[in-house]
Amino acid sequence: MGDRLEPANAAEQTARTPMSVGDMDGTKQIVDADQRGFDWFLDKAFQVIFFIGGISAIVFIFGIFTFIMREGLDFILGNFNAAEFFLSQRWMPTSRSNPTFGALALILGTASVTGLAMVVSVPFSLGAAIYIGEFATGKTRETLKVLVELLAVIPSVVWGFIGLSIMNPLIIQVFDVSIGLNVLNAGIILGLMAAPIMTTIAEDAMKAVPDTYREAAEAMGATRWQIIFKVVLPASKNGLIAAILLGIGRAFGETMAVLMATGHAINIPTSIFDSVRALTATIAAELGEAPVGSDHYGALFALGIVLFIITFLINLTADLFIRGSRDY
Amino acid sequence: MFEATDLNLRQKKIEWLIKALLSLVTLFLIVPALTILAVLIYRGSPMISVEFLFGDPTNGMTAGGIFPALAGTIWLVAVSLLVAIPLGISAAIYLSEYAPQNWLTRMINLAIINLAGVPSIVHALFGVGAFVYFFRFGTSILAASLTLAIMSLPIVIVSTLESLQAVPRAFREACWNMGATRWQTIRLVVLPNSTSGILTGIILLVPRTAGETAPIMFTGAAMFLPFLPQSVFDQTMALSLHLYTVTTQIPDVPEALPYGVALVLFALILVMNALSIGFRTYVRGKKKW
Repeated sequence: MGDRLEPANAAEQTARTPMSVGDMDGTKQIVDADQRGFDWFLDKAFQVIFFIGGISAIVFIFGIFTFIMREGLDFILGNFNAAEFFLSQRWMPTSRSNPTFGALALILGTASVTGLAMVVSVPFSLGAAIYIGEFATGKTRETLKVLVELLAVIPSVVWGFIGLSIMNPLIIQVFDVSIGLNVLNAGIILGLMAAPIMTTIAEDAMKAVPDTYREAAEAMGATRWQIIFKVVLPASKNGLIAAILLGIGRAFGETMAVLMATGHAINIPTSIFDSVRALTATIAAELGEAPVGSDHYGALFALGIVLFIITFLINLTADLFIRGSRDY
Repeated sequence: MFEATDLNLRQKKIEWLIKALLSLVTLFLIVPALTILAVLIYRGSPMISVEFLFGDPTNGMTAGGIFPALAGTIWLVAVSLLVAIPLGISAAIYLSEYAPQNWLTRMINLAIINLAGVPSIVHALFGVGAFVYFFRFGTSILAASLTLAIMSLPIVIVSTLESLQAVPRAFREACWNMGATRWQTIRLVVLPNSTSGILTGIILLVPRTAGETAPIMFTGAAMFLPFLPQSVFDQTMALSLHLYTVTTQIPDVPEALPYGVALVLFALILVMNALSIGFRTYVRGKKKW
């Protein structure tokens, strides 16, 4: 709070205005009574309530980590084999004779879909952010923003349904392949899902560049696009990187859409027409069948731990970039 | 007057080209959203009828209505809002009105950012581990709603914080100068002046919560359960999960049925969003400072 003006503390106030308790004979006693009234206690009570609310986010983050660790730990300390987990592509958790838990194909599945999503989404999102932020004005701008928001509110299960029932036949027809549920399908869908968050954050980052920068460039005779490419984009670089990182985080953690649109086949992809299976989708598809406490159940929580740690790192980095960008 | 030089003309041309290209790129983002909406309406609207909206699914979920799923979604959203709103608003009040600039506040902000980024399926794992088994709520509306509430907490905090900080600081200072305590200032000055903004954020939260599928799949939503839930300890159907079920789990579903479910879900979400945007515009017009 620093040197800001502070609100009155009810106790201090009453203490500073001493009560005079008069006797009949005129001798006045100054009583420095502790007059902590109802308002003081109310104030303190609410301060405590709000503080509890304030730290709840920390409690939940720790809670999430603790509980997924708690369920996954038995497996990690028991039959977990790091080399197999990260290097083998044999994910056969329900095999009776020899269950194996190799997540390589799942990791590559997630990576390929997220990668393609970014290839699709980054140019379009940044382009749209530049257009909305720097070129569009007035009503056009407001309308475009609302329409981009429209993309953001389509629920992931509806996206998955679109992948299954619209994109699937379309891809089969256009590219003449046998199955349309593949990296391409999920990549396009995830790209569209990640686009709104990237557009919004990138536009915010460009809006934060002070107008004096633009005016200075304009005074030097720079044209609109020169201002954008030589001044605005370099100045908002950190914010743009953060936007891309948050988009990656969004695509990476998406569950229902990839479950429905990737084809859900364990496979190391060699082309964009291969079906794959994602980390998130594996948990969603198998958690219902895995007996509680079994290795399979623990392995799914281990996948959850991997997801949690990776998204945590992505968000942390994005936050550092956002903080680093505010140097004007 | 100035004469346009060759250089001027060339740069004008480049600028026009870039502008055209960027507007095309923007269009490419918007066209899919509108196409999806159009296809859902075109293929889904023949399904919509009173029997569809208010009937039970019949014939192994290949016919009939979606009422149990619709009601279940309302239950889930309502219970999760009951938890997320008070918690989120108090967190935002703490951050806006109390929090000093120290490591704890920094940690809180980091936690909020990370909570918003945790994948929905990890929230589901947490819900299973914590609410279903550890706290023994079983697979129930309560467990599912609590999972949803934690997921939506960062959204409530961020939107509320924004509206609280839009109240000018001078308002608070004037109130403090009158000898009011912090709580009195919050109750009499800060909250009344930010209610509409907070409300807008909450309306916007409803569609997001209603659309979630992964977090409720294993914590309280059932694929087929043609009864209405009686208490928060019951399981329930949900619209989002119902769309997943009829699309992927049930054979021989008539083609139009999932479109109908998707349309109802999307329409619910669009109506809430339109409401929120309209409300925001209305409030902006009335703003006094």
